[in-house]
Amino acid sequence: MSALADAFAAARAEGRAALVGYLPAGYPSYEGAVAAFAAMVEAGVDVVEVGLPYSDPLMDGPTIQEAVDAALRTGTRTADVLRTVAAVAATGVPTVVMTYWNPVDHYGVERFAADLAAAGGAGAITPDLLPEEAADWIAAATARRLDPVFLVAPSSSQQRLRRVAEVTRGFVYAASTMGVTGARESVSNRAGELVARVREVTDLPVAVGLGVGSGGQAAEVAAYADGVIVGSAFVRRLLDAPSESAGAAAVGELAAELAAGVRSGRPVLTPDIWRRNR
Amino acid sequence: MTTRTQVEATAPDATVAVGGEATRPDASGHFGPYGGRFVPEALVVALDELTTAYADARADPAFTGELDRLLRTYVGRPTPLTDARGLAEHAGGARILLKREDLAHTGSHKLNNALGQALLTRRMGKTRVIAETGAGQHGVATATACAFLGLECVVYMGEEDTRRQALNVVRMRLLGATVVPVSTGSRTLKDAITEAMRDWVTNVETTHYVIGSVMGPHPFPMMVRDFQRVIGVEARGQVLDLVGRLPDVVVACVGGGSNSIGIFSAFVPDDGVALLGVEAAGDGVATGRHAATIVGGSPGVLHGMRTYLLQDDDGQTLPTHSISAGLDYPGVGPEHAWLYDTGRASYRAVTDAWAMACFQRLCEAEGIIPAIESAHAFAGACDWGREQVAAGREPRELVVLVNLSGRGDKDVDTAARWFELLSAEEIAAAELAKAAADDEGTGW
Repeated sequence: MSALADAFAAARAEGRAALVGYLPAGYPSYEGAVAAFAAMVEAGVDVVEVGLPYSDPLMDGPTIQEAVDAALRTGTRTADVLRTVAAVAATGVPTVVMTYWNPVDHYGVERFAADLAAAGGAGAITPDLLPEEAADWIAAATARRLDPVFLVAPSSSQQRLRRVAEVTRGFVYAASTMGVTGARESVSNRAGELVARVREVTDLPVAVGLGVGSGGQAAEVAAYADGVIVGSAFVRRLLDAPSESAGAAAVGELAAELAAGVRSGRPVLTPDIWRRNR
Repeated sequence: MTTRTQVEATAPDATVAVGGEATRPDASGHFGPYGGRFVPEALVVALDELTTAYADARADPAFTGELDRLLRTYVGRPTPLTDARGLAEHAGGARILLKREDLAHTGSHKLNNALGQALLTRRMGKTRVIAETGAGQHGVATATACAFLGLECVVYMGEEDTRRQALNVVRMRLLGATVVPVSTGSRTLKDAITEAMRDWVTNVETTHYVIGSVMGPHPFPMMVRDFQRVIGVEARGQVLDLVGRLPDVVVACVGGGSNSIGIFSAFVPDDGVALLGVEAAGDGVATGRHAATIVGGSPGVLHGMRTYLLQDDDGQTLPTHSISAGLDYPGVGPEHAWLYDTGRASYRAVTDAWAMACFQRLCEAEGIIPAIESAHAFAGACDWGREQVAAGREPRELVVLVNLSGRGDKDVDTAARWFELLSAEEIAAAELAKAAADDEGTGW
């Protein structure tokens, strides 16, 4: 079992969905991001995604792009992202990198897999890499016991879902809606249907991302998915914060709200009981 | 040298609007290691649908016949070939033949592709079209095709480019298109493409993305090449008619690379014909302020394709510079990457200064105000001709085919500044007029 599989299995054993939290490395600074990740983990996030800031993030909406642009302007490098992974993974939480493909391609697929594994990373989510182009990455990741995580979308045919599920490890990332990242008023009702369709082709856990921003939405998604992925809403807390410490605190507050949310979707344990048990 | 009869026997039919290489790219859209698809999963179904719809359309005489007819009656094809005698002295004495895409409707080669894709959009039952544009030529072409065919049109354009090419913003709005200025990143073509892709991911069920160059995920590089191939097919026949043999070299500018692939592709099988792509060296490749992707870049992945890129040590896309908005792009079509690696085509870069000097020569010696993009091609041709003569070739035996991909109306503002054609008073008056227009909310 991989660290990701363990995390989802543990959540499942508690009768709840796992909470996956995203922030980009390097925003508002290297230290500020690490502090925000720590707050997230402290508040009950089960899996952490460390975003690798990229110049052309075409799956991301304006919120994430703003933070990522700032991280790049202040000189965040691929090596800093790996350092961030090491710092977050050291807290014991399974940590994956979320990255567009070119930075990995340029770093060297083998070298990236080796360095990510050495940093304690659990895998990588690659939103613009399709299974058809991923043979080298899948081989390198497998050799280093990293989970390659691929995405599915509401538009994916059953045949595509099967193709993606065949090569994905850890969990399947289900994009809830046709669109880019960003918190929305409501999570697309296509998400539930997509999760059901993925379950027809695989036993892997299915986590839903795109559009989740509140505890209520997390509860709604947790009712049918194995994991709830939240990114832009965390980034928004950092963007709006007057200081790095205030940003980390705000991220922690949201994480606590969401952690409660994923526990109320299928009420087996209340958050308070869960906290004591942990 | 090939005799004329042999050449004519293999010449493609100039009336075929949609042609292309059956063997390239492969079924998954690869040109050697380049091309492919690097996109969010959400787009895969749409790309598969497009691949199928395009394959059906190009095999359907009703589709190719309509496109062929519109290219003649609406676009104004075939465009002429001009024997530019006045230019030989600048190219070491070599004979310069200009393929006049500047005389096509909307003023560049871009309508060949935009019209083809707009017809395909209608055939697929989609009602909304989006496009990116740099210099504005592709945006104008797409807005034109959409007006003609009754499709909704949204054009993404970098904020920086809306300033550089304000005339084209007006043209697009006159044609009923919505122009969305993009203020992220470098505010140029690269960011307009990223924004258009975001729109497409969100609205893919109703919307077709009319990519303006031989770039992006498969099948775009192949499809756009096929729609632009008419340039080369016509030019090849016209050169044979005029000169009685094929040219020694075909020269075209390369931004994304659609006019160049369009004219090259008809000549790729002609081993004796050199193919020369001319990139934008901006202030000089050594300065780092340039857009010479093949000359100064390295392989990577951007905007859905593997190709040559301008990128830093971490694979982040680098800012580019060119006086020409249409060449100001950090990537290049994957087929160019393949033509370069295999040695079938060669690439060089010319600076802003040299391109503008050659721009002036075309104006004064031939009475043609070219797009600054196309001036790069002519500049590359001048260099090539001189080098051949210096290497001992007989100048009167050299025939150089240059793709004059567009006209320069959109560039008069840039040229006025470069050549200081307006007095300080005239500039002040123009600035005042512009400021007044801004106050009235015309939007740029």
